Amino acid sequence: MIDKIFLNMTRTSALLILFIVAWIFVVLFNQSTEAMQTFGLDFITKDEWAPNLDKFGAYAAIFGSVASTFLAMLLAIPIAIGVAIFLSEIAHDKIKGFFGVSVELLAAIPSVIYGMWGLFFFVPILRDIFGGMGIGLLAAGIVLAIMILPFMAAVTRDAMNTTPDILKESAYALGGTQWDVIKDVIIPYAKAGIIGSLILALGRAIGETMAVTFVMGNVHHTPNSIMDPTTSIPVTLANEFTEADSSLYFSSLFGLALTLLIMSFVVIAVAKFYFLRKVRKGQ
Amino acid sequence: MTATQKRIIINKLALAFSTLSAVIALAFLFWILGVLVMKGVDALSWNIFIFEGSPPGYAESGLKHALVGQLILVGLATLIGVPLGIMAGTYLSEYGKNSKLAHTIRDISDIMMSAPSIVIGAFVYAVIVMPMGHFSAWAGAIALAIIMIPVILRTTDDMLQLVPGTLREAAFALGAPKYKVIIDIVYRGAKAGILTGVLLGIARVGGETAPLLFTSFNDNFFTTDLNEAMPSLTVTMFNYAISPYDDWQQLGWAAAFILSMFILGLNIVGRLILLAGKRK
Repeated sequence: MIDKIFLNMTRTSALLILFIVAWIFVVLFNQSTEAMQTFGLDFITKDEWAPNLDKFGAYAAIFGSVASTFLAMLLAIPIAIGVAIFLSEIAHDKIKGFFGVSVELLAAIPSVIYGMWGLFFFVPILRDIFGGMGIGLLAAGIVLAIMILPFMAAVTRDAMNTTPDILKESAYALGGTQWDVIKDVIIPYAKAGIIGSLILALGRAIGETMAVTFVMGNVHHTPNSIMDPTTSIPVTLANEFTEADSSLYFSSLFGLALTLLIMSFVVIAVAKFYFLRKVRKGQ
Repeated sequence: MTATQKRIIINKLALAFSTLSAVIALAFLFWILGVLVMKGVDALSWNIFIFEGSPPGYAESGLKHALVGQLILVGLATLIGVPLGIMAGTYLSEYGKNSKLAHTIRDISDIMMSAPSIVIGAFVYAVIVMPMGHFSAWAGAIALAIIMIPVILRTTDDMLQLVPGTLREAAFALGAPKYKVIIDIVYRGAKAGILTGVLLGIARVGGETAPLLFTSFNDNFFTTDLNEAMPSLTVTMFNYAISPYDDWQQLGWAAAFILSMFILGLNIVGRLILLAGKRK
């Protein structure tokens, strides 16, 4: 009797996860139907976002999300791979421990603080170097890159560490240098894991709100250069959600949220189920 | 130059690049940590814990409202999220095991763990704030709980699976019903692991700002009314930091410092418990 109750309670809780996820999709979809019916495909292809005229085109925000994430990945990937190689192949054990603690420290810092640091300390430097406002796509890309770097480096290192020592030793026995071993043994062996980790970091970056809200500018305009202020989906949501005053405006914001959710769901699912699952099966 | 010399030079260059990237990464990270600590410690004072928010320019302004609000929001989220997360994890590990349903739930929950938190905020806005007609602490806490559940589900599932099957069989052989085996044997064996999961889950939502922006919203005054908008450290920090007033920005840094220390503390304690559990 109690056994059955216990089973049902735990099963209900587990099913609740599926239910909540489905519910999120349904609610966002329902809320955004008005915008989708009004604008159709124009919603994602036009970049005119004019609440006073009841015109909503999300292209600038979608472009901003994709571009800032792309920029962040471009900056973070080489450094993260460098750090991962350093940690798994070069560093002394003591340095590894020290670095591990630093990564934990950084993971503990809320993303809103990266944004504050970016606004007060990094944007002025960009302004001095490039002129203009300093706020914009480049600032967002850099802050985002710094924010995902610890996570990316840590998971890439873990992927590299799965390479069996015996493979590395065989390559060294053949007279390979450290770099030969890294590029011909470790990277080919851990390839799927490394790519999976990088995409997972991308999935996190694309939905990040607070780190970029400060430094992006919230201007609905497709940027002409990386120094132009622009916006992204999460930045638009964070800035405008509480200001929306018409049902079409709200509906458009929910449309943005749905777009973001689908984008990140696809990215994360590809990372987890295509690349990282391969790794698990390989072992 | 012989081929060997060439390989040695390339090797040195590659290793130098990777060491350099580690130095660059560390430099940025210490820059941010340094700013946080310097600015934060600078702005700390007893006033912060005594006074609530006030218009810019007043000496008697603090963060009491946001500190208490943060504790209430995270506490409430913990009360909702922890039991659900643990029970769901229990189902996966003890009943679902390798069934298709269990794997589907694990996969979906894993994806949820990295889903954009601002979308969760939008969802809660649509299902709670809109019908209620106003922002509330409940909405904020529920948004945080939704983010917390996958983290706790995952660690509970993993930790319960570490409990040896022979322990369960021994208990079954004595005639114990399944729920008793789970509660008295499995939970007891995985106690440290579950606790770590809970602490990490709390740490995960403690730093969240985005899902609170339009659920619990913000308030510059002290409140404990769960049906009203409630201030939190993160949203207060955000609002103060983008304000043009120096003293508000100062308070923003103080909030950033306090919150980071809190989350860092949770992370460290969580890991220590896990370590102590392993040593036994």
